Amino acid sequence: MTAEAFAPSTLRRGASRTAAKITLDVAFSVVLFVGTIVGVIALATLIWTIVDNGWARLAADPIAFLSNYVSRLPARSGIKAALVGSTYLMVLTALFCFPVGVGAAIYLEEFAPRNRVTNFVEANIANLAGVPSVVYGLLGLGIFARFFRMGPSLLAGALTLAVMSLPVIIVAAREAIRAVPESIRLGAYALGATKWQAVRRQVLPAALPGTLTGTILALSRAIGETAPLLVIGLPVVIFSLPNDLRDPVSALPLLIFNWTSRPQAAFAEAAAAASIVLLALLLAMNAVAIFLRNRYTIRW
Amino acid sequence: MPDGRTHVKEDEQRHETRIADALKARPVEDRAAAAAETVFRLDDVHVHYGRFLALRGVSLDVGKNEITAFIGPSGCGKSTLIRCLNRMNDLIPGARVEGKVEYHDQDLYGDGVDPVEVRRRIGMVFQKPNPFPKSIYENVAFGPRVIGMKPSSMDDLVEQSLRDAAVWDEVKDKLKQNALALSGGQQQRLCIARAIAVSPDVILMDEPCSALDPVSTARIEDLMDELKRDYTIVIVTHNMQQAARVSDRTAFFTAEAAEGTGDRTGLLVEYDRTDAIFTHPSDKRTEDYITGRFG
Amino acid sequence: MATTPPELSIARRRARTGERLIVNALFVCAVLSVAVTVGIIAVLLVDTVEFFRESSLLEFLTGTVWAPGRGAGEGGLYGVLPLVNGTLLIGLGSLVVGLPLGLLTAIYLSEYASSRVRNVLKPTLEILAGIPTVVIGFFALQFITPTLLRPIFGADRVFIFNAAAGSIAVGLMILPIIASISEDAMRAVPASLREAAFGLGSTRRQVSLRVVVPAALSGIAASVILGLSRAVGETMAVTIAAGNSPKMTLNFFESIQTLTASIAQTVGGEVASGTPRYNALFAVGMTLFLMTLVMNLISARIVRRYRQVYS
Repeated sequence: MTAEAFAPSTLRRGASRTAAKITLDVAFSVVLFVGTIVGVIALATLIWTIVDNGWARLAADPIAFLSNYVSRLPARSGIKAALVGSTYLMVLTALFCFPVGVGAAIYLEEFAPRNRVTNFVEANIANLAGVPSVVYGLLGLGIFARFFRMGPSLLAGALTLAVMSLPVIIVAAREAIRAVPESIRLGAYALGATKWQAVRRQVLPAALPGTLTGTILALSRAIGETAPLLVIGLPVVIFSLPNDLRDPVSALPLLIFNWTSRPQAAFAEAAAAASIVLLALLLAMNAVAIFLRNRYTIRW
Repeated sequence: MPDGRTHVKEDEQRHETRIADALKARPVEDRAAAAAETVFRLDDVHVHYGRFLALRGVSLDVGKNEITAFIGPSGCGKSTLIRCLNRMNDLIPGARVEGKVEYHDQDLYGDGVDPVEVRRRIGMVFQKPNPFPKSIYENVAFGPRVIGMKPSSMDDLVEQSLRDAAVWDEVKDKLKQNALALSGGQQQRLCIARAIAVSPDVILMDEPCSALDPVSTARIEDLMDELKRDYTIVIVTHNMQQAARVSDRTAFFTAEAAEGTGDRTGLLVEYDRTDAIFTHPSDKRTEDYITGRFG
Repeated sequence: MATTPPELSIARRRARTGERLIVNALFVCAVLSVAVTVGIIAVLLVDTVEFFRESSLLEFLTGTVWAPGRGAGEGGLYGVLPLVNGTLLIGLGSLVVGLPLGLLTAIYLSEYASSRVRNVLKPTLEILAGIPTVVIGFFALQFITPTLLRPIFGADRVFIFNAAAGSIAVGLMILPIIASISEDAMRAVPASLREAAFGLGSTRRQVSLRVVVPAALSGIAASVILGLSRAVGETMAVTIAAGNSPKMTLNFFESIQTLTASIAQTVGGEVASGTPRYNALFAVGMTLFLMTLVMNLISARIVRRYRQVYS
């Protein structure tokens, strides 16, 4: 090749690229950026739509909105039963699925032998994670509500949500346990600790922040779910708070669905206002989860 | 070429001088105590990992209140062997130990033997310091708690263990601090304190200084000399000078390829008092290794 | 053999039955997950079998009218094809929205974006993924149809409830799934492959399109199938936005009904156990379960295959 081929000018950006190639590169970058931005814009538009429709309703009298029961008149309808119901559901769901999920994760990570049974259980959990939430609703309806005669109650709802959240918690807990280095376990064994002592006193405490974060995220997803509760038959119109596990209970997403399905514009506003409350609740839960993760995760 | 050979000779001489210095640096021992009680007796020990034969035909004794060193190039089964002594190999799936390992005349792998009890009496310090992500106090207190020791004062036990591990002065004001904040050398001495806290009979050390700087290494070597008064110590080390400095007896291992497979199996070449190994080894392979011709 | 002093004995001392009980309890927790699957299959199967005792399986699989009976007569037509039609419309429609946007986002995040931009974009995607589906349904009904579709395509052509709005809504829902799994797959492509291409004078565009995307293709494919599975299983957004009119159509601007929406609609009213209408719920549920199961298995197999390539 001639010396000209290596002259400094050939190193300038774009020197070897044809005009067409450069245009293509630039166009591609633009397309990428636009494609990415569309998602962001969609999210922003969504939030704006909710707030635009619902803020006036919420801000006009937030106390009334939060402490009224539902009413035929949209102006007097409130989310008290639904909000309290969602909270009770969330607590009860956590009570059911956290111990079972963490227990399953501990077993699978620390004690399970590598054999076909274990592989089957793991494959099973992976499949459960992909089952549509409405099918979990059918499970709740057929087994909890009807077969065990729990009816559309707090208990049935919580059990259904717990069963639905179980695979997610198991995965999160397993990852947190797996993140604990083997050297920690070896150090404990070398001192004469049994396997359970090592797991309970060293591995679990170290895995707790990650597990809690994953659990809170799983619960925040469960709280936003409508379909399972709809299928079980939890009510929307209810004028008392549950006193007993067998009492019926309402939930915020159910209420939002109900109001959204009504033709009156005032109910649309109420639905948007309730959505703001739901989103705020989710935001708070996620913030707690992220705070836990950043503050307490051990950097090995 | 004459030049090359001269250089090799000079290197060898420098190497031998370093070993000799190391031997001289050892404190004078009471030779009468050389007839020590036997803690471990190994007889024709083989170790398989699955189908791979990692170690074969090892027979040696470990004496009480002595420091026994395992030296040799990488991959010759030293760590495998030391893990047999506290049954940590049990934790590796597919690991199989054949032959006799006797601990105070008990078959270490016999029926009715509890590996947990084994590890309570035979402690281990690892290559990379592995303190628990807890406070310094909790690190030391963990062992006594899980084995059910009920000391009259846990605080005293923790302090004594940290003193015996020569780290008390550096941590006494920050016992509640997280152990991960300590330096590498301090963490390793903390791990030694942790091991001592359960009053073991034996302390196994798998390359305890290889991840540390020379100053920390020297401190731990001094510590070993004090520790052997109360404990029996077995140490795996890559550092020949270290073995020459601290150990009473040294075992030299090498690895030889099996015919056909090319897998290298570890084997014990020579085992003798340290000064004997380093000044007049019986086996040529030992001599080659300690003069630095290979490894 | 000399007697060993007791403090040096290594014989088993403590029975440790307590520990064995604990491990058994943990095992039960793990096996509970199998019980859940058994429960799902059982509850779906029992009532599906019950359903097919009264209604014809052939009619179910090939009939083009879905009109569950009302009132005392309970005579109804239970051909599932309109529902499957609706589900597939939404599924494919959501892929038309979610796949290009998700893929472009993934390429941008993986190959172009600085870490500052990533630190803003990734949480944004997670937020989008976390929006409850009922809220997205509201958004579709109150914004997508009136403010987007109808002005562009004409109010007389676009029904109030239409498949397009449902598709866009569900597309937004699966965008984060496709984006994050594809991005993971792309980031797993070894740097050495990119460096080789750059070293030959390729531009970033060429490296992305000709090296990274093909290398990450199985991960991307897995994400698409997973997204589709999620779209098929989605209930609330389509119930709210796409309507409750089961019909055979390819017109995205009409209202339709998906498998999931039919379940939501039926349980909205009171349904007595044992009636064909009640049992139909489970037959539809079974259909849904089988569809998503197959898709998830395919996706998992693809993921397993691609994980081997780099290990």
